[in-house]
Amino acid sequence: MSSKMEEILEILEKNARASVEEIALMLDMSVEEVQAAIRKLEEDKVIVGYNTLINWDNSNKETVTALIELRVTPQRGQGFDKIAERIYRYPQVKACYLMSGSFDLTVIIEGKNMKEVALFVAEKLAPLEGVVSTSTHFVLKKYKNDGVIFEENGKDDREALRL
Amino acid sequence: MNLQEMIKPTVRNMPPSGIRKYFDLLNEMKDAISLGVGEPDFVTPWAIREAGIYSLEKGHTHYSSNPGFIELRRQISRYVARKYNVEYDPKTEIVVTVGASEAIDIALRALAGPGDEVIIPEPSFVAYKGCTMFTGATPVVIELKEEDEFRLKPEQLEKALTERTRVVILPFPNNPTGAVMRAEDQRKIVDVLKDRDVIIISDEIYAELTYSGKHISFASYPEIRDKTILINGFSKAFAMTGWRIGYACGHHVLIEAMNKIHQYAIMCSPTTAQYAASEALNSCEDEVQAMVREYNRRRRVMVKGFRDAGLSCFEPMGAFYVFPSIKSTGMTSDEFCEKLLMEEKVLTVPGTAFGACGEGYIRATYANSYENIAEAMRRINRFVSRHRK
Repeated sequence: MSSKMEEILEILEKNARASVEEIALMLDMSVEEVQAAIRKLEEDKVIVGYNTLINWDNSNKETVTALIELRVTPQRGQGFDKIAERIYRYPQVKACYLMSGSFDLTVIIEGKNMKEVALFVAEKLAPLEGVVSTSTHFVLKKYKNDGVIFEENGKDDREALRL
Repeated sequence: MNLQEMIKPTVRNMPPSGIRKYFDLLNEMKDAISLGVGEPDFVTPWAIREAGIYSLEKGHTHYSSNPGFIELRRQISRYVARKYNVEYDPKTEIVVTVGASEAIDIALRALAGPGDEVIIPEPSFVAYKGCTMFTGATPVVIELKEEDEFRLKPEQLEKALTERTRVVILPFPNNPTGAVMRAEDQRKIVDVLKDRDVIIISDEIYAELTYSGKHISFASYPEIRDKTILINGFSKAFAMTGWRIGYACGHHVLIEAMNKIHQYAIMCSPTTAQYAASEALNSCEDEVQAMVREYNRRRRVMVKGFRDAGLSCFEPMGAFYVFPSIKSTGMTSDEFCEKLLMEEKVLTVPGTAFGACGEGYIRATYANSYENIAEAMRRINRFVSRHRK
C-alpha cells in the first residue's frame, strides 16, 4: 500500500468525518485522487465502515457490555468459522474474535441490562452445538475504546506566546 | 543606591521583549486562538512520562554526573550517529543540558567575549542574540531573504566574516521561518568555513521535523566536524518542552569547556528528565514519526490557508512554523498582529520579534488542532479581505 493510502487511513481512523477536500489538502493530493483512493479502500474492504464512537455511559440510555469467553469444538473442514458465524450474526454481538490460548472465541455483547445479556448467553450461545462452555464477564467501566480515552482532559495548557 | 545602575550594562540595556503587550491583550480575551505557541501541542508520549514517574518511584532523585548519566550519553551518541551520521565519544564529547537553550548559552559563554563577533542569521530564535550580548561579544546579523527561501547563502556568510569573528550560528531548520538548508548550499557554507578559525554552533533542535527528505547535519561534514558544536534536544521531536532537556556534541576540547560552565551554573540536568529522555531514545521512534506526519498535514493546511487569504507564503520545510508575508496589506508586522488579535482573536507573532529583517512577516504555529487551524484560517481570511488595500 502506498504511504498516501496509509495516511488516508490514519486520518480516517481518527476522524471518519474528515472530508475528501480536507484530506486532499492535508496530503497534497487532488480531491479526485482522494476519492479514488477511498473508493479503492472500500472496495478492497480495507475500510469496512465509518462508525461513531459513543460513550453510552454519558447518555441517558442504559446499556451493559459483557465479554464472553467461549470454548467451542471446531467442525471438520470448517474450523471455527462456521460456529463463529452462527454467533456473530446476532445483532446483540458487537464483536467476535478467534483467540489463541485457553479459550477459543471472544464475544462482546451489548444489552439493555445484565439480565438481558445473561439470558442471551444462556438461551442463544450456550445451547449452540459445538459450544463447550461460556464464561461471562461484565464490563464495569470503559476507560478507553478504539484508542480514545473517554475522560481525557484535552485542555491546552501551553503558554499562548513563546518565541 | 540606584539599583538600576547596579545592573551591568549588557543586561540593563537589553531591550524588553516586544511581545509583552500581546500577553496583556490576550489576558482580557476569551476564546482566542493562539498560533503564537512555540512548542508541540502533543503531550509527551506516555512511555516517556511513565519512565519519568518510575524513576521517581525508585527514588532516583539525586544528582547525576555533571555532563549527564553515561548511559544516556551513550544512547545520544548512538542516536546522533544513526540519524546524522557523525560519531561522538560519549565520555568526552557530549554534555546533557537543561534544554537546547542552555547549550546555546554555555557554548557562547565558552567561546565569545568582548571584542569578538558572533554571526547570527536572522530572522531566528531570540536567544542567540541575547546570549551573545550577555557575553559582551558583538552580534553580527545576516539578513536572510524570502527570495532565497530564508536559506543562508555562502556569499552572505563570506561577507559577514571578519578577523574578529569567533562564532557562526547556523539555525536550521529555522524558527521562525521554517526554512531548511539544501545540501548544495550546505556544501558551499562548509567550504567557506573549513579553513577559518571560527567555531560553528549548529542548532538543530528541529532536525526531526523536516518534510522534504532527510535532515543533513552540518556536523556530518568531516572538514568542519571538529569546529562544530551540534546542539539538539528532546523538546520538539519528542514533545518534551517542559522537561527541559537537550544536549551538545562536539570535539572534547569544546565540550570540556562548556562542561566547566555547566558544572558551576547548573551542576547537572534534572535526573528525572534524563531518565525520561533515555526512554525517549529507547522506544519512541514510531511516535515521533506519527507526530511528524501529523505536523506535515497541518503544515499544508496552513500554507494553503494563508495563500487562499491572498498572502504570499514561502513553503516552509521544517519546524512547525509558517512565515507568510503581510506586506500586501500595507500594515507593519506589529500592526497586523495587534489588529488581528483585537478584531479576530487570533494570536500570531510579528516577524520583528525575531530580528528587524522580520518586518513584513508574521509567524504562525501549526502545532495546533485541525479545528483550531481551520477556524484561525477562516478568521485570517476574513481579516485580510477586510483590510486589503
